[in-house]
Amino acid sequence: MLNVNNLRVQYGAFAALQDVSLSITEGQIVSIVGANGAGKTTLINTISGLLRPVSGEITFEDKNLLHLEGHEIAALGIAQVPEGRKLFTDMTVYENLIMGGYSKHAKLNREKSLEMVYELFPILKSRDKQLARTLSGGEQQMLAIGRAVMMNPRLMMFDEPSLGLAPMIVQSIFNVILRLKATGMTIMLVEQNVRQSLQISDYAYVLETGRVVLHGTDQVVSSNDYMRKAYLGI
Amino acid sequence: MVFSFELFGQAVVTGILIGGIFALISVGLSLIWGVMRIINFAHGEFLMIAMYIAYFLVAKGGWDPYLTILITAPALFLIGIIIFQVTIRPIIKDPPINQIMLTVGLSLILQNLALVFLKADVLTANTAYTRMNFYLGGVVVRGSQLIAFVGSALAAFILYWILQKTDIGRAIRAASQNRDAATLVGINVRSTYLLAFGLGSASLGVAASLMIPFYYTSPTVGLFFGLIAYVVVVLGGLGNFIGTLVAGLIIGLTESIGASLLPGSLARVLTFGIFIFVLLLRPQGIFGGKQK
Repeated sequence: MLNVNNLRVQYGAFAALQDVSLSITEGQIVSIVGANGAGKTTLINTISGLLRPVSGEITFEDKNLLHLEGHEIAALGIAQVPEGRKLFTDMTVYENLIMGGYSKHAKLNREKSLEMVYELFPILKSRDKQLARTLSGGEQQMLAIGRAVMMNPRLMMFDEPSLGLAPMIVQSIFNVILRLKATGMTIMLVEQNVRQSLQISDYAYVLETGRVVLHGTDQVVSSNDYMRKAYLGI
Repeated sequence: MVFSFELFGQAVVTGILIGGIFALISVGLSLIWGVMRIINFAHGEFLMIAMYIAYFLVAKGGWDPYLTILITAPALFLIGIIIFQVTIRPIIKDPPINQIMLTVGLSLILQNLALVFLKADVLTANTAYTRMNFYLGGVVVRGSQLIAFVGSALAAFILYWILQKTDIGRAIRAASQNRDAATLVGINVRSTYLLAFGLGSASLGVAASLMIPFYYTSPTVGLFFGLIAYVVVVLGGLGNFIGTLVAGLIIGLTESIGASLLPGSLARVLTFGIFIFVLLLRPQGIFGGKQK
């Protein structure tokens, strides 16, 4: 569904991604794991069109994403739940969700998507008139996910959804990701929380200082000696 | 000068009515700032252009002044987006100093073009509304100013409604709050800039048509209104819509009461005194920061 080939992204002279290739199969949960600074957020933002690569290619169902602008990529059905939520903080919960359903294709299903979001996160419904800035961290993460669900996307990319959240909330967010997969959505999950994300993934890539150092099914990756030592602490 | 109750009442009534126009003029500037963080120092000159359009339609074309809104608002929308595309968009990511240079330069060019082509004459349109007055006790209410106040309130309300309740208005607000997030949900941020600039300019078209029955036009008329708009926008809190409206009324009252208390050009001291006071003590404006 999504193919990334020999991607190289630089910030000035510093190469944040070098020679990164990966592919995401429709209907799967694919994890990108790695430490802070490995280039995970750079990868996700390059796919979304917020950053431009120096070289390489990104295709989504044979469409070359590098020829498109960020808002056109979103309209293809590629959603991102960004790191740090990036909510529209001075707009209400309801307005944030409505903005998720902004593109033409998403607008058609707005009512249905809204129902789905309120069913996934009932708390958002009870807070629908509150400004996004007044929500707790967990609720803000729910809203960020809800806004992306409103886009009615085919591919949903999560950037560190567990960051800074209590373990119980993290668990419920991972459950939501599984439920989204069950509706047919394809998921790309970027996480530092290696153990938990491998548990729910079909396939995983390990990113280190801008390169893919290892990839395979969740079993292959989690039984790899290096992985066990460096990331899982076993 | 003897101070009397009537004089004060007159100053208050005039101040509120003029304040409404100040508010409408300032709301456009505030919208543009709120969305793209650019202060358009040519805002007053855009108003000047609109006032000339309204003046010529009324004085030479025999139009009803209020009907000219049908021309001035769309014309200013168009002029706004053309000027934005050609001059401001290429420097939208430049440092603020470059943007200030550009819009200040733009204001000088527009003023001097007007001087060359329209001459320095002060033009006043004589309309049926110009001498329509009401009396409230000892206070004169000028009909044209009352209509301008009501029209400004209506125009500001429509602009507010667009921003709050329509998808495109919400997209403008979303882009102003978080560019990246707006892009991620499929909003074309550049076209929201264009639209915001167009709407901010169109509100000047409306203001010009409302003012033409009681206010003169000249190549430098924009200087005064441009300055007033910056004061109002800063007082209301940059980018704060409601704050801007209230600040418009406050500055209208200040100007008018100042003019009745202080001799001649000293009147303006009050307005700019408030401006400096706010910049020193509450740079975020009297109504807090951004509230949208």
